[in-house]
Amino acid sequence: MRAGGGWLPYGFSQGWERTHGWLWLLLLGFFGPRRRSDSPAGVMDSIIIQARLVERLLSPRTQAQRSHPLKLKDHEKQYVGFATLPNQVHRKSVKKGFDFTLMVAGESGLGKSTLVNSLFLTDLYKDRKLLNAEERISQTVEILKHTVDIEEKGVKLKLTIVDTPGFGDAVNNTECWKPITDYIDQQFEQYFRDESGLNRKNIQDNRVHCCLYFISPFGHGLRPVDVEFMKALHEKVNIVPLIAKADCLIPSEIRKLKERIREEIDKFGIKVYQFPDCDSDEDEEFKQQDRELKESAPFAVIGSNTVVEAKGQRVRGRLYPWGIVEVENQAHCDFVKLRNMLIRTHMHDLKDVTCDVHYENYRAQCIQQMTSKLTQDNRIESPIPILPLPTPDAETEKLIKMKDEELRRMQEMLQKMQQQMQDQ
Amino acid sequence: SADNKIEAAMSELVPEPRQKPAVPMKPVGINSNLLGYIGIDTIIEQMRKKTMKTGFDFNIMVVGQSGLGKSTLVNTLFKSQVSRKSSGWNREEKIPKTVEIKAIGHVIEEGGVKMKLTVIDTPGFGDQINNENCWEPIEKYINEQYEKFLKEEVNIARKKRIPDTRVHCCLYFISPTGHSLRPLDLEFMKHLSKVVNIIPVIAKADTMTLEEKTEFKQRVRKELEVNGIEFYPQKEFDEDLEDKTENDKIRQESMPFAVVGSDKEYQVNGKRILGRKTPWGVIEVENLSHCEFALLRDFVIRTHLQDLKEVTHNIHYETYRAKRLNDNGGLPPVTTETEENHESNL
Repeated sequence: MRAGGGWLPYGFSQGWERTHGWLWLLLLGFFGPRRRSDSPAGVMDSIIIQARLVERLLSPRTQAQRSHPLKLKDHEKQYVGFATLPNQVHRKSVKKGFDFTLMVAGESGLGKSTLVNSLFLTDLYKDRKLLNAEERISQTVEILKHTVDIEEKGVKLKLTIVDTPGFGDAVNNTECWKPITDYIDQQFEQYFRDESGLNRKNIQDNRVHCCLYFISPFGHGLRPVDVEFMKALHEKVNIVPLIAKADCLIPSEIRKLKERIREEIDKFGIKVYQFPDCDSDEDEEFKQQDRELKESAPFAVIGSNTVVEAKGQRVRGRLYPWGIVEVENQAHCDFVKLRNMLIRTHMHDLKDVTCDVHYENYRAQCIQQMTSKLTQDNRIESPIPILPLPTPDAETEKLIKMKDEELRRMQEMLQKMQQQMQDQ
Repeated sequence: SADNKIEAAMSELVPEPRQKPAVPMKPVGINSNLLGYIGIDTIIEQMRKKTMKTGFDFNIMVVGQSGLGKSTLVNTLFKSQVSRKSSGWNREEKIPKTVEIKAIGHVIEEGGVKMKLTVIDTPGFGDQINNENCWEPIEKYINEQYEKFLKEEVNIARKKRIPDTRVHCCLYFISPTGHSLRPLDLEFMKHLSKVVNIIPVIAKADTMTLEEKTEFKQRVRKELEVNGIEFYPQKEFDEDLEDKTENDKIRQESMPFAVVGSDKEYQVNGKRILGRKTPWGVIEVENLSHCEFALLRDFVIRTHLQDLKEVTHNIHYETYRAKRLNDNGGLPPVTTETEENHESNL
């Protein structure tokens, strides 16, 4: 029986095979077709084992060695090497960079721009022109996008802030959230089309991952416009409600307001973003932090574009005649909690929930609508309602047809070639 | 005479504890060339006595979105629990679906002077999603009070002292956004500045730093000017140069007053003061370097209270009256009592 790769010197032929058949079997066991020798780790291992075996075979054998069959160490047997996958993913992601789309909504004058600047330590609103009251009488809600590339320790983040100036400012604010829901739906639709399209390598993900909703601290809880906005959006985007300009409230007022808002959110059935429960095997400190996070929602935040001196240190804050409010002081406001949650711990979860829950809901809805429309029109023959694309326009249809033709031709050619090879 | 007017106004409110002679004495050293002392200046004393006996009415209305601290501010102004919230009203603070008008009356006394204070609250203003024409109930209420007064006035057998329910002063609460006025603010003030004295006030001013406050006030003043909104004290009613300079200063520098209200007391530097205790310091309500509450209080109560009433009576009410009479063809509004007597005893 000739097996293995024929690497043994020619002289070692039949004699070896008979007396050392076990060796051949062993070698087969390792180098036979079952072993994936094309993975880098696998190749290395097999070379090492080969080398060692050659040594042993060529070296003069003692009696002891004859009676004990060659055994390889256990870890060399079991180690496959895919434990390095997370590192590979990490390296690839860092190279590719991340993207995150954050929407800010709320009445004007609640400090949204200041907070965004404080969160990301940038100045996104340098050239902004604020309208006065008369100009705002006839203004409608706009959607403005600012994109900024931030890099930190080699990790690139493409941050998009979607601003909604004009929301809630008019005298009549009926359906003022409609432009916003339309925008979110548009992003979902665009992603839906791209996903079902041909070039999927470079899909641009413009879906809104998180919406920070600013609640006025001057009210006694949620205002009617707050409730309607959140109800219109809670199934389309992750809503994180915030209490804005929290430095005008004393601690007891903040507590009361938070309770009130939590009650009203329950009462009206608004589904705000829920922080996921941490695993039971996390350490106690992490669990404690997680608990505090959940208990502080909605976060009472303060933002600041200026740096002031407090106790000999330069901090981001606001200087009042009666004291200095420090933005990053946990006793003053929940800014740090918000930043940690949004950027340091839950950014990925927000993206996941957007993809897995909100987008999937939209997609399911879309498909259902399409199929119900088609069955009404009686246009499909097959009982299985499958329609990957929403009615594409004429040009794309032509393009798709062309590409389909090409694909078919290529498949035919491939088949022919395979046939020819087999015949040979 | 201007001096006397101011003095009369002031003495109506807070009679100073000066040693007053029971019988007027000869002014020693002044005008000793006078042949004799007549005693005309005692009229002030007589007026004071009368006012102390009868007391007087003051009706103040507060308008603004819910949560801007209207009730707290009114309580702070009059140092008593006079607002709607404190009168055992429904403390649930649910936003009503339409603008309601709630008037609460109290009698407060100070230095022997009785004031019948009525605070008119307007819950529901500006809180809905659609706030179009939400000022209409308020305008209606104000005109109703003028109508009531007019009816009393044209009565033949009218009361000695007509009960005055007319709104003397309307505090309009501006939300401290730091940007500018909101469209609703402009609409309200445009419609109502011709009907009642409006004093714009920046609520919850502890949310702004000094620079933000100054900038915001400037912007608000400019916007009001550009839109032709005449808030109290109106330029056209300045009676003489003295009034004008005093009021100009208030109009162009102090107003709108950026206020903070509080009904809780704290100990600061050994004194008990009204304030708000935050983790970064105590905001003193009556400290002028913290907020302008003291200016508002002095303005509304200590210097211009009588003027507010007079402008309401002589100007706003007269405008209403003239309009009503014109509509009626120069005749007074007809009521069942005066049916047989059309003679105008006005």
